[in-house]
Amino acid sequence: MKMMKTALATAIVSTLFMGATAHADGHKISDNELRIGYLADMSGTYRDLAGPNGEEALKMAIEDFGGKVKGKNITVMSADDRNSPDVASSTVREWIESDKVDMVQGLVASSVSIASTKVMNGTDTMGLVNGSAASSITNEHCTPNHIHWTYDTYPLANGTASAVVAEGGKTWFMVTADYAFGHALESDVTRVVESNGGEIVGGVRHPLSTDDFSSYMLQAQASGADVVGLANAGGDTVNSIITAGEFGLAQAGQTVAALLLFLTDVHALGAETAQGIQLTTGWYWDKDAEARAWADRFYDRTGARPSMVHAGIYSSTMHYLKGVEATGSDKAADVRAWMADNEINDMFAKGGYVREDGRMVHDMYLAEVKTPAESKSDWDLYKIVRTIPGDEAFRPLSQSKCSLVK
Amino acid sequence: MTMIFGVPAAAFYGQLLLGLINGAFYALLSLGLAVIFGLLKIINFAHGAQYMLGAFAAYLLLETLGINYWVALFLAPIIVGALGVVIERFLLRRITHIDHIYGLLLTFGLALVIQGTFTNWFGVSGSRYPVPEALQGGINLGFMYLPIYRAWIVAVALVVCFAVWFLIEKTKLGGYLRAGTENSALMQAFGVNVPLLVTLTYGFGVGLAALGGVLAAPVYSVSPDMGSNLLIVVFAVVVIGGMGSIVGAILTGLMMGIVEGLTKVYYPEASSVVIFLVMIIVLLVRPSGLFGKGT
Amino acid sequence: MATTETKMTAAQASKQAENRRRYILYAVLLAVALVAPFLAYPVFLMKILCFALFACAFNLLLGYAGLLSFGHAAFLATGGYMTGFLLSTYSITPEVGIITGTLAATVLGTFFGILSIRRQGIYFAMITLALAQMVFFMYLQADFTGGEDGLQGVPRGHLFGIFDLSNNLTMYYFVLAVFLFGFLLIQRTVHSPFGQVLKAIRENEPRAISLGYNTDVYKLVAFVLSAALAGLAGSTKTVVFQLASLGDAHWHMSGEIILMTLVGGVGTLFGPVLGATFVLTLEHQLSQSFLGDWVDVILGVIFVVVVLTFRAGIVGEIQKFMKKNFK
Repeated sequence: MKMMKTALATAIVSTLFMGATAHADGHKISDNELRIGYLADMSGTYRDLAGPNGEEALKMAIEDFGGKVKGKNITVMSADDRNSPDVASSTVREWIESDKVDMVQGLVASSVSIASTKVMNGTDTMGLVNGSAASSITNEHCTPNHIHWTYDTYPLANGTASAVVAEGGKTWFMVTADYAFGHALESDVTRVVESNGGEIVGGVRHPLSTDDFSSYMLQAQASGADVVGLANAGGDTVNSIITAGEFGLAQAGQTVAALLLFLTDVHALGAETAQGIQLTTGWYWDKDAEARAWADRFYDRTGARPSMVHAGIYSSTMHYLKGVEATGSDKAADVRAWMADNEINDMFAKGGYVREDGRMVHDMYLAEVKTPAESKSDWDLYKIVRTIPGDEAFRPLSQSKCSLVK
Repeated sequence: MTMIFGVPAAAFYGQLLLGLINGAFYALLSLGLAVIFGLLKIINFAHGAQYMLGAFAAYLLLETLGINYWVALFLAPIIVGALGVVIERFLLRRITHIDHIYGLLLTFGLALVIQGTFTNWFGVSGSRYPVPEALQGGINLGFMYLPIYRAWIVAVALVVCFAVWFLIEKTKLGGYLRAGTENSALMQAFGVNVPLLVTLTYGFGVGLAALGGVLAAPVYSVSPDMGSNLLIVVFAVVVIGGMGSIVGAILTGLMMGIVEGLTKVYYPEASSVVIFLVMIIVLLVRPSGLFGKGT
Repeated sequence: MATTETKMTAAQASKQAENRRRYILYAVLLAVALVAPFLAYPVFLMKILCFALFACAFNLLLGYAGLLSFGHAAFLATGGYMTGFLLSTYSITPEVGIITGTLAATVLGTFFGILSIRRQGIYFAMITLALAQMVFFMYLQADFTGGEDGLQGVPRGHLFGIFDLSNNLTMYYFVLAVFLFGFLLIQRTVHSPFGQVLKAIRENEPRAISLGYNTDVYKLVAFVLSAALAGLAGSTKTVVFQLASLGDAHWHMSGEIILMTLVGGVGTLFGPVLGATFVLTLEHQLSQSFLGDWVDVILGVIFVVVVLTFRAGIVGEIQKFMKKNFK
């Protein structure tokens, strides 16, 4: 009877292993297929940035390309990275080794992108990073196998800060999230403000994921600074903006500058609360007719307007597929070389190009949130105030710590 | 300008007042938890999710049925409280007699389900709930600008806290409840329907969480994860106050609001962890919490 | 432990038979583990082994000492970050890095234990949670952890200077050895006199005290051992994935380990191993399927169902089933 227990236990353990086994060699490995893996946060804090709609953007690119490249079929597999670099790195490893995936798209949380690109380094698989903000991805963490497409924190800080200072916002009070990302944003802004003749008169660092910003907004008010700079992201930024409105900062004459704010956040806030806020973005769905046409198709498919990340996923996939078609190869090195040799001219960017550190350089846009009177629909939220040329916006190669930059 | 430890007096009083306001909010939230644990010995880890449900109920009532804030203040807690009743009757009742740990784990699992489902339905960006017209704007108190809505939160929180305390400690119904949870068999022999009381009490505690959610909706973004960070803070408050004590939860909530508020002025980086520090110190010195009745 | 003279031989014989069967079971499972990397994906198996060790360490405290800790993630993360930092900064071999990481977790465990061991039930859980939260914020702010980016690019190195761990197969057998070490340590502890006293404390602490046992010391030792093995799991995991991140220190990780232990079977030796295998396999399969968005919800449902009806977990239910039908 104890033998039964042994047998049963063994059977169960083996069955569970079969779960992992089945996945490992269930796919027939065929080199007559181009495989793209979509890895993003599907159920956590970054879900709205890329998420399930990002997969739709990816599919749109494949469909628009014709569904095949050089006669080979294109297949998509997707996985939820759950914002865990462990999950991401093992998924990417498995995709490369067992499923022969040729390109990984999406990649949102910076820890996920960095971990995934390290796994891809030295293989034939290319990574297209669209969701992440960390500029370290093309700096100390650069690899020859990935391109950072949509945006990073450098132009965000640069664009917004210099524009706001130029409009008269000379004195700044910084509300910073107390972790490396927030500190990096804060120091980027400090540098830009001071070099443009402005001054940081005070600041406060709050813990990550703070609910209540009333105390910090009070301190910002008391400082009397022209500008309250928000060096934080996500829910922290949204809550900061709501509280700033509640305490009447704008009425008292202070400008709120949000350094990392996405369309999805502004949509959540609504024009009433967010009006007048200045931010920098890599793309806006209504910036011109071509962008709008694509955004309309996206809207029909998903029921929401695309963020810059969604557009970046479409654009980078298209450029990649063109590269595969032109070189006839699915090896990262070959396609990457083609992608760098050819400009990007599509609904996402005009005159965009890929640098040797993997940064895709394109124009960025300084936007201001419309007033409720100006906003004709719930996604009609930005007016583009200024276009920041790509070469001005991104970190210059002379300051780069990337090993690929000679 | 007088300085208090390096901070101008006006700013100091402003932060103190804000701390008190947050404290009242914490008190209200911990009240529900304290009622549920103090009377039912259930460790309700779903409290944060139920708070979120209250906020979403208010939001959805407005968006889909056009029901305004004032009605939502009563309706949302009732709706979510009813859900609480269902949870207790069909789920919790089966395990509470076994070990308190299972109540904790069950409600933890429920929180995962509720939060995950709402994330998939509504996304995580959050939604905006407008401050009701009558409560918009603020008063200039001289040392700070106080939004009227924040004053409203304090008022509601204090009134509700007092009312609940009075109900439980001073009325006959409260007496039945306290006796029923201490000696259920005896109370049932006297003809009191103890299981019904337990179910309704859980629903009531959940309703209190939901009320906190409705109050929070205009000032915090309404999103599925709004309760998860707040949950452990509120638990810490209840533990510091002493897990059996209603008074303890209320007073500790207020105190912690002030402590946190002052930390935000002098050492803001630590404002998330100061409450845990306090909890550890308190538990070392007074193992059952400040007002606790012993393990 | 003492039995009367007349019953000793029968009891001894039956114990010998039980031991023999247990060893056969172990041998079979070991055989499966040895061939597994040729059947399934080695990195995934290593993840299972690390989490199984973590779950076993947690179960030592919950299942055998009766203490529910809500802060075990702190030990996983400490082992992981310490090892990751040392291996990235100094040219030391991986086993030195892992041992140091484990030591760091042990020290932290001693500190946590001294502060929390006098409390029971929810108070104990809350103290461990509070301490873990403070550790989380410390790692969030510290430079060496890389904050949100994580500590990346940790080299796998050469074990003892000889075996190249960048080969997944070699790495797997090393991880298996580490797991077996931890598992056997727990097994020996549980079946030792120390383990018996722990069980007595879990079942009726006042009586154990009245018998003269210093229960606080026993519980503290169990706590520190549990923390050390959790740190070992974290250190090893860092070498496998070549990274350590904040997710390891977040209280959701503590929640996940509770789930694995519960689903597998609290208070059984194999329960946590099965639980870890089950939960990780489920997560893995689901996140790549159309149900990908619903992984957390499904885990929550499983949690609820297990607590309501299958409280003994997979292994526990099997044992109950066996007892009922085959005795």
